[in-house]
Amino acid sequence: MADIITDEMIDYVSILAKLELTPAEKEQAKNDMAKMLDYVDMLNELDTSGTEPMYHVFPVSNVFREDVVVNGDDSEGMLKNAPERKDNFYKVPRTVD
Amino acid sequence: MNKHYETVIGLEVHVELATKTKIFCSCSTAFGGAPNTHTCPVCTGMPGALPVLNKQVVEYALAVGLATNCKINKYSRFDRKNYFYPDNPQNYQISQLYLPICYDGGVEIEAAAGKKIVGIHEIHMEEDAGKLFHDEEGTLIDYNRSGVPLIEIVSEPDMRNADEVIAYLEKLRLIIQYLGASDCKLQEGSMRADVNLSVRRAGAKELGTRTEMKNLNSFKAIMRAIESEEKRQIELIEDGKEVVQETRRWDDGRECSYPMRSKEDAQDYRYFPEPDLAPVIISDEWIERIKGAQPELRDEKRVRYRAEYDIPDYDIDIITSSKKMADIFEETIKLGARPKEVSNWLMVETMRLLKEHECEPENIKFSPQNLAKLIALVEKGSINRTVAKEVFEVMFCENIDPETYVHEHGLGMVSDEGALKEIIEQVIAANPQSVADYCNGKKQALGYLVGQTMRAMKGKADPQLVNKILAERLNV
Ligand SMILES: [Zn+2]
Repeated sequence: MADIITDEMIDYVSILAKLELTPAEKEQAKNDMAKMLDYVDMLNELDTSGTEPMYHVFPVSNVFREDVVVNGDDSEGMLKNAPERKDNFYKVPRTVD
Repeated sequence: MNKHYETVIGLEVHVELATKTKIFCSCSTAFGGAPNTHTCPVCTGMPGALPVLNKQVVEYALAVGLATNCKINKYSRFDRKNYFYPDNPQNYQISQLYLPICYDGGVEIEAAAGKKIVGIHEIHMEEDAGKLFHDEEGTLIDYNRSGVPLIEIVSEPDMRNADEVIAYLEKLRLIIQYLGASDCKLQEGSMRADVNLSVRRAGAKELGTRTEMKNLNSFKAIMRAIESEEKRQIELIEDGKEVVQETRRWDDGRECSYPMRSKEDAQDYRYFPEPDLAPVIISDEWIERIKGAQPELRDEKRVRYRAEYDIPDYDIDIITSSKKMADIFEETIKLGARPKEVSNWLMVETMRLLKEHECEPENIKFSPQNLAKLIALVEKGSINRTVAKEVFEVMFCENIDPETYVHEHGLGMVSDEGALKEIIEQVIAANPQSVADYCNGKKQALGYLVGQTMRAMKGKADPQLVNKILAERLNV
């Protein structure tokens, strides 16, 4: 493996991903990520200088909606997806001290 | 401000667009709905939901871009800005990083130091987040604002003091209000400004380390935050310390700011192209159509008012400083009222009542029709100015029809001279001393008698007529 993921890197990525990893999981993740980067290195070997980047899988543009209200109140249906609810609100653990 | 230092300020202004629906779904953007009643799988980030762009958002963004002299990216795309926070149910905000719709523009501002151009780096389209409330048990979320369309206007670091910042914000506010793209209310959050500020030694070429200040809900808060941050950064430098690049939150009550994020919240948004949305291609025809539909903006209106109406420049500035006021002014004149009269009602009574009720001109309730009727009632002599002001106060609060109101409350002037003369006789009889004073040459005693008559008439008489009848009666 050419790429090595450092402890600092895996800790930083854990913060970004909001994950708490055990030491064993950390080692496993380091290994997996290094393999992914190796694969990207392989892709980087290709000469893409004349190729337009592809941003969308279909050759479409200007897919628009008119500005008309169609959706009504389906808060009951929507709140069924809530981890927890209080009155008509979604409820999550406190985000501030 | 320490004259050994120069302050450099750039602004990120978020403006909530006046569309009926959200940017990527057909949910209503109406303000004040019960929590989560304007939500669907798209704006709550349900897996598999597909965002579809609201065409009106593109049109408003184009209109603002063209009115602020921006270039238009003929090929524009959306990107994902990744971060975890419960106000953002997708865990990413759909925004534009690489190819924003407008770029490289600028507006002219007029500040105390004179005229200057403030450059606009770019304008991009993005979605707003939900609103969080915190109680003892946890955090409660209302996603009604999630997906409401915003444009973010990023200025160049061209401003040097709070005065220029306010002038720039006022300029943007007026342009956007006149375009009808947003109501731009700072207090209600439909216009929000983040201030990027750094200081450097006077004459230095390199920029200092900047901080970003958030939570600025009024022009006053912005001014105070700028002064406080200038001072804080200069003190750090003078003490040989370094300014840390960070986001700070302004606490207007305590008049100070504090850093917003800990290192556990690394600001690394890992932007990448949004795969769910097709690119936006803007044709020259589309740009021409938007340009053609552009309404008269404030600067043009000021010039026209000067040419068309005989009112002072100061009045013109105040009236055109709100689209709503300018609209009422023009509509009322169209209904036949004299420009000077309309201007007076707006400049004096309206401004006074707005201040008293702590209201913005954009919230004015009375209609041009009713203002025109009120002015006509005064001109015809049906009511006097004192009564008119009372009626106007009711009209200001409830937009009542002044004709009906005057009729129902019996406020019309007594034009019956017989009835008036009868009252005058009673006043003369009741005030022999004043009558004697007047006859002995104390002319100001007449004013007192006019006042007494007006009081007895409950204000429903023409004071000039009362004056005339009294003078005639006493001069015999
Ligand atoms: Zn929705």
